[in-house]
Amino acid sequence: MVQLNLPANSKVKKGQYYKDKTGSKNIRKVNVYRWDPSKNENPRLDTYEVDMDNCSSKVLDILNKIKNEIDPSVAYRRSCAHGVCGSCAMNMNGKNGLACTKAHSELDGDIDIYPLPHLKVLKDLIGDLSTLYKQYESVEPWLKTSKINAKENIQSKDDRAKLDGFYECIMCACCSTSCPSYWWNGEKYLGPAVLLQAYRWIIDSRDEDRKERLKKVADELKLYRCHTILNCTNACPKGLNPAKAIAEIKKMLATA
Amino acid sequence: MSAYNIIDHEYDVVVLGAGGSGLRAAVGLSEAGLKTACVSKVFPTRSHTSAAQGGISAALGNMGEDDWRWHMYDTVKGADWLGDQDSIEYLCKEAPAAVLELEKYGVPFSRTEEGKIYQRPFGGMTKNYGNETVQRTCAAADRTGHAILHTLYGQALKHNTEFFIEYFALDLIMKDGACKGIIAWNLNDGTIHRFKSHTTIIATGGYGKVYYSATSAHTCTGDGNAMALRAGLPLQDMEFVQFHPTGIYGHGTLISEGVRGEGGYLVNSKGERFMERYAPKAKDLASRDVVSRSIAVEINEGRGIGKEQDHVHLHIDHLDPKVIDERLPGISEASKLFANVDVTKEPIPVVPTVHYNMGGIPTNYKAEVLTVNGSEKTVPGLMAIGEAACVSVHGANRLGSNSLIDLVVFGRAAAKRAAELVKPGMKHDEIDKNETDRCLDRFDKLRNSEGSNPTSELRLSMQKTMQSKCAVFRSEKTLKEGVNEIRKPYDGMDSLSVKDKSLIFNTDLVETLEFDNLIRQAITTMDSAYHRKESRGAHAREDFPKRDDENYMQHTLSWCNGSKTKINYRPVHRSTLTNDVQYFPPQERVY
Repeated sequence: MVQLNLPANSKVKKGQYYKDKTGSKNIRKVNVYRWDPSKNENPRLDTYEVDMDNCSSKVLDILNKIKNEIDPSVAYRRSCAHGVCGSCAMNMNGKNGLACTKAHSELDGDIDIYPLPHLKVLKDLIGDLSTLYKQYESVEPWLKTSKINAKENIQSKDDRAKLDGFYECIMCACCSTSCPSYWWNGEKYLGPAVLLQAYRWIIDSRDEDRKERLKKVADELKLYRCHTILNCTNACPKGLNPAKAIAEIKKMLATA
Repeated sequence: MSAYNIIDHEYDVVVLGAGGSGLRAAVGLSEAGLKTACVSKVFPTRSHTSAAQGGISAALGNMGEDDWRWHMYDTVKGADWLGDQDSIEYLCKEAPAAVLELEKYGVPFSRTEEGKIYQRPFGGMTKNYGNETVQRTCAAADRTGHAILHTLYGQALKHNTEFFIEYFALDLIMKDGACKGIIAWNLNDGTIHRFKSHTTIIATGGYGKVYYSATSAHTCTGDGNAMALRAGLPLQDMEFVQFHPTGIYGHGTLISEGVRGEGGYLVNSKGERFMERYAPKAKDLASRDVVSRSIAVEINEGRGIGKEQDHVHLHIDHLDPKVIDERLPGISEASKLFANVDVTKEPIPVVPTVHYNMGGIPTNYKAEVLTVNGSEKTVPGLMAIGEAACVSVHGANRLGSNSLIDLVVFGRAAAKRAAELVKPGMKHDEIDKNETDRCLDRFDKLRNSEGSNPTSELRLSMQKTMQSKCAVFRSEKTLKEGVNEIRKPYDGMDSLSVKDKSLIFNTDLVETLEFDNLIRQAITTMDSAYHRKESRGAHAREDFPKRDDENYMQHTLSWCNGSKTKINYRPVHRSTLTNDVQYFPPQERVY
């Protein structure tokens, strides 16, 4: 059996312990992954005791409480706070999700918060998504049509309904960073998030580039590294089904 | 000051912000062959346009007869006659083409039986100059903003716009009253960047986060507005802050007006559909300021719901679950997540929540920034669009679904105007060293703050003051207290504490810079509100309940230097742009 070890400077060390100062009787321990690129130190896990009597319901509320009241140096992305911008994707008790929609009552025991897995960490909970963004560009996410009419393209209700479950993607990357295949081949395999986006354009009845689009993704690495593990669908905080999108693309290619 | 290494760039045009308006401008600029940089503190699809739900207005007439002139009348009336009618004409006339363009870009609009763009009723949108409800608001289910934002980002990629993502803009570079570019901090690697440009387009959105409870994202801090103030330019109509009638009680998440458009209605603790009393004709689809005030009155008079009697209920449980599923899936999800409500069975608890800033950087309909020096004049090299701008099409109160259309119409207008003014590859001026130093001194000073007041405490104090002293209803007393109190968090910056001194993703410093931006806008908002002694649109004074056209049919201009403001006024434009439509003279505003 192969023995895998993290390089010495990647090992997560025990960090600082921030004891509760409010005297609250309702305390929860929250462990947060910390790494500062400007210091030549290993990543560490800081522990914060958080007063849950004065904390709203979501994991993001805990992080905001820590940042506002205990330690302003914790770095994480966040914006809309209601699950549409996709900024606050992270790993909470071992599962990817959006901190702003994940209720902490659904998490058992101490809460462990890590960046999305297998991304290069830029700082603390902030991962580097630039590869995923480049892959997104590569599927040419815009409508291709030669029609020049003054009015709108006509699209039937049924054809429009085909986009439901796919156009809603917020590109939070929860799915792709939960995919073991993407972990190993993230540079070449497009991953569930981007393939779902590709599928959204492939099946848009207004688009005239379906064949070319299919041809572009029909690649050993870009598409067929999906081994239907289905972590993606399990991870999607919007309830979308990237695995289905990938399966549909494979089916279209097989029956073309 | 410690030395910062500066990386220089030269672009024909720099767009600051990558939401709906910034992206639409960037697309137009790239199409025109101008070398364009789009600088944003967040990845484009994370911009707050993504949160817009109900739709985008345009008199397409897909669901019955419509006319852009009717849309114009509704907008003028919605604005309580504080909007500039030349700009409103431009907005409403250009709207249909702008929506059709979005459809061709690929926006997944909902469809009618004939396969055309689906349109729903929205507050204040009427037929025949106020006569009956019209279906004018084009929708992609209840995720219209998200759909538009993602599509526009795709278009920008198609046109090879150069993005500088997760760059935090610090200040405008000014020279002899003209804008010559911006300075920004790259959060990814901590470097400082100076962008020289012939035109800079501010598209940084609103500043909802001056309030404690807002539908606005954490990042809605009006950075561009504050940069304009620091450059010695005025902001306009800052007292006009829109409270959306239906934010989820306790959390502030937006519940789209589209819910009432699809048949939802409000009730008080007695089970009364109270809007019938306040707006006999439009009822729940009166304009937002009217509905928000009505809710506030119900609550103030003891007919609120809940233990504290401090909210009301929004019902859609009478609607066909299929309609909810098809047209309002997002609000079902949000209601479940943030109010633990199944909308097919129970009402949603809602309360008026800060949502939109009608005020901002004054511009003309070509998106050129205005300043006042005896008469209106433009600021060379500077434009503003979207929520950051005050064109002014929304005047004292914006109609729902008029913001998304504002983004694309004026985003496009800005690109067009910039293409007239700037030729590709024109030579850039030298930047004064003083200008760069002024900006980096502020940055460095904030970064190295070693005082005792954490940014979060000052921000909270600002937000609580705005929430209690500059709310739906205002009075001389509350505003006077507000004018004093709002300066306390500003003064608190004398002893600011910033713990993180690093330069890569230093979000402690980002929030401090954002607070420095917010507090200036909070001060101008409070002072502008104090000086407007009338009630108009979203500015409701208990002590001056009537609109006063004689004295106040004027835009407020506020300059801010430190915590000192200067207030002045400029007249509302009382003419249309062309002869295609007549000027709508002020009338009494009833719904």
